Amino acid sequence: MVEDIVSIRLPVDETFRIRKNVIRNGAGKRLCVVTGIHGDELEGQYVCFLLNCILNQNPELLHGSVEIYPAVNPLGIGSIERGIPGFDIDMNRTFPGSDADVMTESIAHALVDDLAGADAVFDIHASNIFLTEIPQVRINELHRDTLVPLARQANMDLVWVHANSTVLESTLAYSLNSIGTPCLVVEMGVGMRLTGEYGEQLTNGILNVMKQLGMWDGEIASVKTPIVSDGQDEVIFLNAQSSGMFMKTKRHGSWVGKGETVGYVFDPFEGKVVEYVTAAKSGLLFTIREYPLVDKGSLMGRILVRGTEEA
Amino acid sequence: MKESILFRMSHIYRDDFRVRAFTFGQGEKALCIVGSVRGNEYQQLYICCRILRRLKRLEAEGRFAEDRQVLVIPSANPASMNIGKRFWPIDNTDVNRMFPGYALGETTQQIAAAVFEVVNKYRVGVQFTSFYTPGEFQPHVQMMRTGYENPEKARDFGLPYIVMREPRPYDTTTLNYNWQIWETDAYSVYSGTTTRVSEEGAELAADAVERFMVLNGILKGTPSRAAPSRIFRYDDLLKVCTTQAGFFRDLVKNDERVSAGQALAEIIDPCAGDVLETLRSPADGVVFFRYNDPLIYAHTAACKILRDPQQRF
Ligand SMILES: [Zn+2]
Repeated sequence: MVEDIVSIRLPVDETFRIRKNVIRNGAGKRLCVVTGIHGDELEGQYVCFLLNCILNQNPELLHGSVEIYPAVNPLGIGSIERGIPGFDIDMNRTFPGSDADVMTESIAHALVDDLAGADAVFDIHASNIFLTEIPQVRINELHRDTLVPLARQANMDLVWVHANSTVLESTLAYSLNSIGTPCLVVEMGVGMRLTGEYGEQLTNGILNVMKQLGMWDGEIASVKTPIVSDGQDEVIFLNAQSSGMFMKTKRHGSWVGKGETVGYVFDPFEGKVVEYVTAAKSGLLFTIREYPLVDKGSLMGRILVRGTEEA
Repeated sequence: MKESILFRMSHIYRDDFRVRAFTFGQGEKALCIVGSVRGNEYQQLYICCRILRRLKRLEAEGRFAEDRQVLVIPSANPASMNIGKRFWPIDNTDVNRMFPGYALGETTQQIAAAVFEVVNKYRVGVQFTSFYTPGEFQPHVQMMRTGYENPEKARDFGLPYIVMREPRPYDTTTLNYNWQIWETDAYSVYSGTTTRVSEEGAELAADAVERFMVLNGILKGTPSRAAPSRIFRYDDLLKVCTTQAGFFRDLVKNDERVSAGQALAEIIDPCAGDVLETLRSPADGVVFFRYNDPLIYAHTAACKILRDPQQRF
């Protein structure tokens, strides 16, 4: 059953809608899958599709309701824009919103209102157009106790507990978690693209979480044990020292040794390598740059520092 | 006057990115002025042009105090200005959301760090910043309540209004907020416009800065006369919001006195031509903010009214 969360007339003969598809079977818990806050991140689209297909084929295995919100920033998705078009702002900096003087604020407010009280929320992101990520859940340290046990069930490769910062307080996940609605932020793949295997992996993870919540009787393919970085591990950020074009030589998800090259920055104009990007310490290269053009300072990758490779 | 480059960064196919600064006088670092930080802040840059011209003249006339130094940074983001883009060319990040910056971090964090390292040594910081909502505010000085703010000193600008605003989570990474946290008295001066140059607004802002400099012993001379500023909280402005979307047709101008019930604007159906909504003033006061794009969304502030001070009987 499709429901409107928000329905607002736009200036010229168009209605802005945020819609959700509610799939319900009997009484039970409520799980929500949200994606498209960033209009250029599409990996969640495939998850919504797969989850819908599975639930439609096996309605009797569901107990409770699954609510799918595939496009909470429909104008951004429709115009390949990360933020909200016409406002030039990041929707994930508008939460919890208000019923005040900017349309984006009232939209954010309505969305939080609608999601509040769910037993679990997945907010699916796809990094951005610059970086490719291994499937991971990101957790603000303030909400670690509730979320880490849930994230372990989500069939992801990595659970990264990171420090809080005031800026993050305007995200959807922060707003929901701070009112007691557990929300997991998933980052996987890359902006503007679909990665089939990641979509399947996360869909299986969502079904597994549903199973743990007593919402799903179906079979679950085997579930990965994630690497959990509980905030004690060091994460190294690799930043470009110069402007140029980047060629990666390591895939995201590779284990790299200290001093190993993960890619290089080249100058097509003069045919020179201007910089080799190397790992300062050994660990898991969980992020790698995808977009070739780099400025001095551009993020090239992230390494979770670990002495040895782990399963 | 001394010219210097605060930050330089090479680019594969564009000219070097440079943040240029101009220093007047010497000795105590008394005042730092920052113009545009975003690529569409043309008015903010234009005010700096006017101020630089004045300061050059005042310096030649020997008006600077002995032991006072003033730094002017007209633009911390020429790369975005030259392509008419508000944020950073590649990753669309906002330099004014990167303070205090990080010298080893991402590009815009590095720019912010280089600028902040220099500007945070000044006793007073003035920034000409902008709002992201389309519209014009009355010229005013704005300050965030951080516990370090100094609203009484803001009176030295001689602008009609001083607005106190509560910081929101994302404000903690702005230049103004970090200036205050690092013990520089920080003021944001709004002259009305952003993407459109207003001669009148620029002159007003330049006058305000000059007056502040005289009253604070940076320039010798007598201050220009000004009526006392009215201090109020941003949240005390009465918002008049649309419930309908369409063409925005204003019926009043900024600074106009309005009475309760007076029509402020009409929202017109762009297809059918009907008036969908007439927005009315909730109280007697002046128009402090007025929206100014052709089309307006629903749930959007079209006007903000500054209510008349409460009468005492
Ligand atoms: Zn995202």
